[in-house]
Amino acid sequence: MKIGAPKEIFEGESRVAMTPDSALQLQKLGHTCFIEAGAGHAAGFEDQAYEKAGVTVVATAPELFAAVDFVVKVRPPTETEMKRLGAGQTLISFFYPAQNAEMLETAKATGANVIAMDMVPRISRAQKMDALSSMANISGYRAVIEAGNNFGRFFTGQVTAAGKVPPAKVLIVGAGVAGLAAIGTSTALGAITYAFDVRPEVAEQIESMGAEFVYLDFEESQTDGAATGGYAAPSSPEFREAQLKKFRELAPDMDIVITTALIPGRDAPKLWLADMVAAMKRGSVVVDLAAERGGNCDLTVKDEKVVTENGVTVVGYTDFPSRMAAQASQLYATNIRHMMTDLTPAKDGVVNHNMEDDVIRGATVAHQGAITYPPPPPKIAAIAAQKPKEKVKEPTPEERRAAEHAAFKKATRTQVGLLALGTLIMLAVGSVAPVSFMSHFVVFALSCFVGFQVIWNVSHSLHTPLMAVTNAISGIVILGALLQVGSGNWIVVILAALSVLIATVNIVGGFLVTRRMLAMFQKS
Amino acid sequence: MFSIGIVQAAYIAAAVLFILSLGGLSGQESAKRAVWYGITGMALAVVATVFGPGVGNWFVIALMLAGGAVLGWYVAKTVEMTEMPQLVAALHSFVGLAAVFIGYNAYIEMARVGGMDEAARAALDGFAAIVAHKTPVELNILRVELFLGVFIGAVTFTGSVIAFGKLAGKVDGKAKKLPGGHLLNAGAAIGSLVLLAMFMNGAGAWSLIAMTLLAFFIGYHLIMGIGGADMPVVVSMLNSYSGWAAAAIGFSLGNDLLIVTGALVGSSGAILSYIMCKAMNRSFISVILGGFGGTTGPAMEVEGEQVAIDAAGVADALNEADSIIIVPGYGMAVAQAQIAVSELTSMLRGRGKNVRFAIHPVAGRLPGHMNVLLAEAKVPYDIVLEMDEINEDFPDTDVVIVIGSNDIVNPAAQDDPNSPIAGMPVLEVWKAKQVFVSKRGQGTGYSGIENPLFYKENTRMYYGDAKKSMEELLHLIRM
Repeated sequence: MKIGAPKEIFEGESRVAMTPDSALQLQKLGHTCFIEAGAGHAAGFEDQAYEKAGVTVVATAPELFAAVDFVVKVRPPTETEMKRLGAGQTLISFFYPAQNAEMLETAKATGANVIAMDMVPRISRAQKMDALSSMANISGYRAVIEAGNNFGRFFTGQVTAAGKVPPAKVLIVGAGVAGLAAIGTSTALGAITYAFDVRPEVAEQIESMGAEFVYLDFEESQTDGAATGGYAAPSSPEFREAQLKKFRELAPDMDIVITTALIPGRDAPKLWLADMVAAMKRGSVVVDLAAERGGNCDLTVKDEKVVTENGVTVVGYTDFPSRMAAQASQLYATNIRHMMTDLTPAKDGVVNHNMEDDVIRGATVAHQGAITYPPPPPKIAAIAAQKPKEKVKEPTPEERRAAEHAAFKKATRTQVGLLALGTLIMLAVGSVAPVSFMSHFVVFALSCFVGFQVIWNVSHSLHTPLMAVTNAISGIVILGALLQVGSGNWIVVILAALSVLIATVNIVGGFLVTRRMLAMFQKS
Repeated sequence: MFSIGIVQAAYIAAAVLFILSLGGLSGQESAKRAVWYGITGMALAVVATVFGPGVGNWFVIALMLAGGAVLGWYVAKTVEMTEMPQLVAALHSFVGLAAVFIGYNAYIEMARVGGMDEAARAALDGFAAIVAHKTPVELNILRVELFLGVFIGAVTFTGSVIAFGKLAGKVDGKAKKLPGGHLLNAGAAIGSLVLLAMFMNGAGAWSLIAMTLLAFFIGYHLIMGIGGADMPVVVSMLNSYSGWAAAAIGFSLGNDLLIVTGALVGSSGAILSYIMCKAMNRSFISVILGGFGGTTGPAMEVEGEQVAIDAAGVADALNEADSIIIVPGYGMAVAQAQIAVSELTSMLRGRGKNVRFAIHPVAGRLPGHMNVLLAEAKVPYDIVLEMDEINEDFPDTDVVIVIGSNDIVNPAAQDDPNSPIAGMPVLEVWKAKQVFVSKRGQGTGYSGIENPLFYKENTRMYYGDAKKSMEELLHLIRM
């Protein structure tokens, strides 16, 4: 199949849906690749690089659309672009079908297939093509960098000859993919990072990234994230109040606030209100990653950076991934490439648009002149429901002491019991056996006892050498054979000689192999 | 020529040296000295016996000692570390066989001495002289002792031969039983008891031989009925038996050093078996009876899917990780992957990553098997940790690589009370941030139990032969 990437025509968009690297991979699947001249320029990929990778460079967009079977794009298509596609052609790009009903109708009319990268189901198998996550990851990183750019101080605390610098305090609201990426970047830069999320189950993830989870003392059974495909669910008014109260407490302390709270298909919830911005110190920065959907902050202006009266910078850019076009293009192109891999199961350049496949079906919003959005629920549950964790009660010191006491008593009882039993058996044997036997028996019993005491101390890692050594010394049966080999009976001599032979093998083999093993154990 | 007193003194020294030798195995450094204690003790004992009173046929002795030494030396030099389980099993069978022979000899001597007159008896020396001086009660006890010695020796012999065959892959590793199962074993054991009674009442050599055959059968059938992953228990159990056989022989010959050594070896093997059983949360009886016990209900449904990953993905994760734990299992030994694993380890350590190994007590086919393999591949022993030392560290670990182990990392042991391995202590690898499982293909472990670990969100399956997989990783990370 022929795959082509046009130049993005959206104002300010620098990303491109195909990189020279991804083109190489696509060709391995048996496809041929095309690109519009200059499409990768803004992301740092020149036409020569594409040509080198075996990609045909086409001068204009209409030519490209006419030449290929698959059009790969980043931004949703414009009306013109959509009309250029005909039946049998497939578009892969972000599409937002819920907000783009007219475009879906156009697709229905022209018969073009549309695969929406934003509709890829959130299941493990599809993670490699989850472009929303890969872009969110970049947004999170870039948000911290933008904040740093507008923040007049260090992130990390320093004690220098010129004075002490306190570390910056960063609050991240919403610990989705973007939030977690922001936490990671912020902690890596050395800031003290706090993070908040309405889903208590992400506390672990937040802490694993090195941030402190801001706990909200609020009794409400939160909907488990698993029920909503891993996204947060809208919260009750009471919960919202408690949340805002917490934020008000935190606001004067925070140097940088990054808000990432979004629920798919809804306007962004207002979480960082005007009074909180007013409470912040001069020079502080708010980065609103939800600006596209109205923003989490009251003062956010979409696509702009504003400075409030009290000197707080509020950043409302919506093009964070595009600001890191090289990185973003690389990841997005890889997502697309993975999608193509799933579409070309035989790796022979023949696309099998398998509508039975959960991932492909979920992402396809228009297919052969029919609108296939919304998709049926996937066959496999996306994320296993979290089991409620049982709290293990910490035993009180008294309980612990009592338990220890009981254990001690029990151990004493078993030990005394065993000793008594052993003594009884000894007495029983002693009452019938002759003296010569008893003297040997004493030796035997003591040796068993010594053996038990000694072996418990053997290190686990030396169990194999232990077996080899015991093997070697159990070759001690050679003594018996040696004592018998001088016998007058020829059968005895032969059997004893054989025993000497194999016992010697045992002794020599056992000791040598033990030495060999032990010599290998070395300290780092 | 040494007097009896000197010989006894040498025996005491040897016994003390043997105890020191076993005690020295408590640490890797002292262990190197401990072997020498053992060797010295053995040399003392053999020299004192050979030059002690009542030993003849020196030419035969010298020949056999030399031959045995050469054979032993050859075996010890050539054996591969992955073949350790087989070697240990084979050596056990030797002790068993020697015990059978010596027991027979004791019987023949007894019969010979019994037929002599007073004058001839007085002229005897060595073992025959000891027999000659026994009272009738002592002779009866001697009969029981040698009967026992032969019985244990015979069971050890065939059992070890079968264990050797299974470990070496010459006999099918699956648990197999003849129709009748353990009733056959019980029958053979009862038969042996009956034969003992007959032997005591004067039945001749035939009862001894018949019992030997029955014991051979018990050893064979018992071990045939035990499957591959229970081999650590089997091998340590046979180790224990070989010790008891030596002790029983010591009783019949009236030799204290044999008794002491036999008892040491016997208790050592018994403790090892106990440790292994505890590590599998199973009773010794259930291991010996073979197979897994009945479950109380249906196993938990496993949800999700196994997600595969390629070498590049694993390499990326390793490059990013700070702390890594490797969990090796029998699969690593089978694929001979330990060298590649070791190289991978040293490379990752060279980049400042914290790489450690977690060893489950029953990983492999021999107690401590994994430790020896890793030591052979020059993995320093202070980063090889046992389960109890490392289990708490998994939540703080970035990447866990599971190489060829299955049941010992199965979360069902903790989560699912109906699982056949419920309650078995396992390595909690799933608590780490990412788990990669290197495995030949989809399939269940020895116990045939589905492993929910493979379906977890943070688990990726890295299919392929362990050695090739590791080498591929090595190649990618080196770049």
